[in-house]
Amino acid sequence: MYSEKVIDHFTNPRNVGEIENPDGIGEVGNAKCGDIMRITLDVEDNIIKDIKFKTFGCGAAVATSSMVTELVKGKTLEEALTISNAAVAEALGGLPPLKMHCSNLAADAVHAAIKDYLDKKTKV
Amino acid sequence: MQENRNEGLILRRIYLDHSATTPVDPEVAELIMKYYLESYGNPSSVHFFGRQVKKAVEEAREQVAQLIGAQAGEIIFTSGGTESDNLAIQGTVRARGNRGKHLITTAIEHHAVLDAFKYLAKNGYDLTILPVDEEGIIDLEDLVKAIRPDTILISVMHANNEVGSIQPIAEIGKITREKGIFFHVDAVQSLGKLPIDVVKMNIDLLTISSHKIYGPKGVGALYVRRGVKISPLVFGGSQEKKMRSGTENAPGIIGFGKACELAGLRMNEENKALRQLRDKLIKGIMDNIPSVKLNGPSGDKRLPNNVNISISFVEGESLLLSLDMIGIAASSGSACTSGSLDPSHVLLAMGLSHEVAHGSLRFSLGRQNTEEEIDIVIQELPKIVERLRAMSPLYNKVD
Ligand SMILES: Cc1ncc(COP(=O)(O)O)c(C=O)c1O
Ligand code: FES
Repeated sequence: MYSEKVIDHFTNPRNVGEIENPDGIGEVGNAKCGDIMRITLDVEDNIIKDIKFKTFGCGAAVATSSMVTELVKGKTLEEALTISNAAVAEALGGLPPLKMHCSNLAADAVHAAIKDYLDKKTKV
Repeated sequence: MQENRNEGLILRRIYLDHSATTPVDPEVAELIMKYYLESYGNPSSVHFFGRQVKKAVEEAREQVAQLIGAQAGEIIFTSGGTESDNLAIQGTVRARGNRGKHLITTAIEHHAVLDAFKYLAKNGYDLTILPVDEEGIIDLEDLVKAIRPDTILISVMHANNEVGSIQPIAEIGKITREKGIFFHVDAVQSLGKLPIDVVKMNIDLLTISSHKIYGPKGVGALYVRRGVKISPLVFGGSQEKKMRSGTENAPGIIGFGKACELAGLRMNEENKALRQLRDKLIKGIMDNIPSVKLNGPSGDKRLPNNVNISISFVEGESLLLSLDMIGIAASSGSACTSGSLDPSHVLLAMGLSHEVAHGSLRFSLGRQNTEEEIDIVIQELPKIVERLRAMSPLYNKVD
């Protein structure tokens, strides 16, 4: 039911883990089935220099997490904020209809982490 | 191995999902082929072709009846467990709805039972859904208390398909018979694994299915005790004593009969082997993976072939996918595998949190599984869990 790309990202997920003392943290839960994703990122000169994820969820959730980190790494914050859930799903060669909600987690967590970074920045 | 998903590359696949369905026994398959290729008549026909098949269908009826202690005349062949459940429940209500509006079932029934009842509850019937304890077993006192003067049907499954818990069917039968309430039992998972005697257990209606006991898919039966009147759901050519019209799936029925005969012959020996493998697998998992919980009862209160565990901090579908990649087939009660995106209603009814139900894994063993296969699972599962836990934000928070 999953595309080769989904399986590839599930089997060999990119950027798994957690950055120590990250510049931004985004954690979102999935109201639909109770899955959780946490993104940590480092920003330098407005660019996402490093990004890591941890996910508790289905194969699609892990794959979209992995894919979104690949998509935004090295991008400016503005570029990263334009990455949509649909774009992540598309980059994976599509997801089964029942699994579309899993991709929400990924983009939302990245956006939350960026927002966290921007909030912290404006405070100092 | 992980780089290339060419399905052919997995040298050995291990099937541990026998509660979903079983392979067809070779002896059964061979018999069925004969009724597709040679003896293909319609059992209702008068000519030789018809008579020949009719005779075999009636033999199958005997074989099925024998496995559950019934008379052949009390067996109605259907398209499977789902249809039998619906026929029992809706058929009772159609025949006895004028006597009362109250129905009783349990929180852990298969959806074929639960959803049939829920439909009736939306259409003028009162439904009591009995809770279960943490092992997945109902309390007889709850049942007795739930009974009302207008209760017409009580439906309790024999053994649960997810956690393997076994209900006190004979005790319930005593109560229902005394009160004149119809008693339906879904025995899809217990057939061929637990002794069933519809007479001794005072059962009025019993659902069974062929594809869980090494018979073909799409065939089942409903036992209807002589004297118990229910209404048909399907009208037409008056087959199966008008209780289930439509040309019989003769090859399927004949295969089901054979599968019942074989199950009766092999049950005792097979169960001994299954229990050993089951307990070996449970122990192997508990000893080798931290933070694991066995769902359902142990020992004799559990189906001989069922293992159901919850693995904390990981999600069930990820587990299934990872197992499948190395050739191991299992199932899960995780919300992510359910289609409805709710975790298993059985695990929730047993008091598990969403999170713990989410990481549930069911292995259901069968005839051809070996100790060596169980060893492979015990060896591989901890590695998979470790990999997924390293990815889990929940795991990090704990240590
Ligand atoms: C307890 C129980 N009842 C009913 C069914 C439905 O049987 P069938 O697949 O033959 O429709 C199943 C099968 O999963 C089951 O496990
Ligand atoms: S995360 Fe639950 S279905 Fe995808």
